[in-house]
Amino acid sequence: MSVKNNISRRSVLRGMVGVGALGMVSSSMLVKTAMAGGTVTIGFVYVGAKDDYGYNQAHAEGAAALKSIPGVKVIEEENVAETNDVQKTLESMINLDDTKLLFPTSFGYFDPHMLKVAAKYKDLTFLHCGGLWTEGKHPANTGSYFGYIDEAQYLSGVVAGYASKTKKLGFVAAIPIPQVLRNINSFTLGAQSVDPSITTQVIFTGGWSEPVKEAEATNSLIDQGVDVVTCHVDGPKVIVETAEKRGIYSCGYHASQASLAPKGYLTGAEWNWAKVYTDYVTSYLKGEEIPNLVRGGLKEGVVKTSAYGPAVSAEAREHADAVKAQFMAGEFVIYKGEIKDNKGNVVIAAGQSNSQTDIALESMDYLVSGVIGDVRS
Amino acid sequence: MEAVDLGLWSVPLAVFAGAIRVSTPFLFVSLGECLTERSGRINLGLEGTLVFGAMSGYAVSYLTGSAWLGVLVAGLAGSLFGLLHALICNMPKVNDIALGIALMMLGTGLAFFLGKNYIQPQAPNLPAISLGSWSDLAPVRSALEINALFIIGLILVPSLIFFLNHTRWGLMLRTVGDSEDAARAIGFSVKGVRTFSTMAGGFLAGVGGSFLSLYYPGSWSEGLSSGQGITAVALVIFARWNPLYCFYASLLFGGAGALGPALQAVGITSGYYLFNAAPYILTLIIMIFSSSSTHRFAGAPGELSVTR
Repeated sequence: MSVKNNISRRSVLRGMVGVGALGMVSSSMLVKTAMAGGTVTIGFVYVGAKDDYGYNQAHAEGAAALKSIPGVKVIEEENVAETNDVQKTLESMINLDDTKLLFPTSFGYFDPHMLKVAAKYKDLTFLHCGGLWTEGKHPANTGSYFGYIDEAQYLSGVVAGYASKTKKLGFVAAIPIPQVLRNINSFTLGAQSVDPSITTQVIFTGGWSEPVKEAEATNSLIDQGVDVVTCHVDGPKVIVETAEKRGIYSCGYHASQASLAPKGYLTGAEWNWAKVYTDYVTSYLKGEEIPNLVRGGLKEGVVKTSAYGPAVSAEAREHADAVKAQFMAGEFVIYKGEIKDNKGNVVIAAGQSNSQTDIALESMDYLVSGVIGDVRS
Repeated sequence: MEAVDLGLWSVPLAVFAGAIRVSTPFLFVSLGECLTERSGRINLGLEGTLVFGAMSGYAVSYLTGSAWLGVLVAGLAGSLFGLLHALICNMPKVNDIALGIALMMLGTGLAFFLGKNYIQPQAPNLPAISLGSWSDLAPVRSALEINALFIIGLILVPSLIFFLNHTRWGLMLRTVGDSEDAARAIGFSVKGVRTFSTMAGGFLAGVGGSFLSLYYPGSWSEGLSSGQGITAVALVIFARWNPLYCFYASLLFGGAGALGPALQAVGITSGYYLFNAAPYILTLIIMIFSSSSTHRFAGAPGELSVTR
């Protein structure tokens, strides 16, 4: 090829000068970060838009709370798919922005993506939302955190139980994974504590963000006589709006959707990541050891409930507030035997009591009696 | 609201309602693409146009308070994308399919970038026309809440057929699509006609997108389109470049999309992934049975790059 001959001595020299200049730039950058000293960069990765009225917004609100801590710089990237893309994002946060503490917030980021990157950068800290960190199995520089949001779902269920006239509740869910099933079950058990005859109809849409299917599912549920609907999808906006349009009640999820449904919004299960992230970062800055597995519910302030909407009766408020007080005192157990699944098998025997911290609940694979739906696809 | 148990009857009702609710974006995009392809060009970028239309329609509706203005702007934005496609395709040796894919990414990316501030707010939605007031059943009344855009789409179908088959301009468009040489010999401007038809196609696709954000599901989010635009482009081939068949195919896809949730709602809970895949399985089956290795698709415009 003649191209080869075109490389003259001059261009080679020019190239060398360029490399030299680059070297100078990078070395001066190193000095700069060293001089900045106290500033630590923290990276957040979101699977969707960070203002989606849902999952990602809840995390972004938590990340925003860190910005007020001195010496902390927060960088964020949204719409990162649960594929190799997230590895690239993490790598670029590490290599370009010198990020020390990383929060990949979506369920599918954990295995294998975050684990792979974490194995490569052993001196950095990776904290994942929703995964189940296991000692010996996962690297020591990784960890996972999650909240017992089903406590708040139980309270939503109590409120929904009072609001429903048809005794049929609806649940629009994404995918039958343990966290989703636990929410469906807790919501149902909460409602059944008001009236044992209440049933919950579940529709799985098959994806975390499927607006058309979510609207279609909500409409189908309403056509079946469901008069309170809640959900576990990434962005509950469409579901809450559809419920409001059709004149039924809704309970929110992830963040507050109260402003979307001023008439029908009852209450909702919300994350309080600001608390979790602030705790993590404060102990990181102090140089304390970060726990690998963080869990917490209403009592620990990891989750919270939306303020009651105007349609919630005084009776419902009283009941829900009483249960909430028990949660705050750490006394309430949702999964107390005997509980049967919706096929008639006993899943929690009489006398057995699985409290919130029980890891067994994190591999839930059944729907309790009174839920109409199927875990198998 | 009184509860009436419709039992299994609610499935056909939901499919019917879904056919109308879900089909409208398919209908607009496929009618638009039909027009473009009849002139001899494929615009695969309509997925991007749809997403951009959804975003711009929602943004304008939010900013001005008028949903119809949003629809108009979505259409105009769509025709700008069409114009871009046409102008680049008018240059020599440009592959319309590759360009379409590029424009799909551009449209989606631009919509995500510019639409950041419009995910949160609630914009005024398009009104629906209630045709079900005769019924006491809430599900029936809800199923017969028909959106004006669907009715406009319904009127567009015969109008397009009339335009294509009974007007001078329609004849010109078809001539350009079937034989460039013949069109040139008569003295038609091939590029001009194709530019017009791609712009018109883009306009309809933009309007189709605004239906998603302004009526059903009725808000802008980045996951709003689950490939409706690209599916609609495929529908045109499936519908043999005939606007009437485009209408049927859109209804079929809308109805099939509603089947999964409706079955789960009545308690048929197993196999929902399969039911959710119904529209795609349906397409595959029809494509297999309608394809032939010996002769090309009946009704295919002669100048179309995929069938030439």
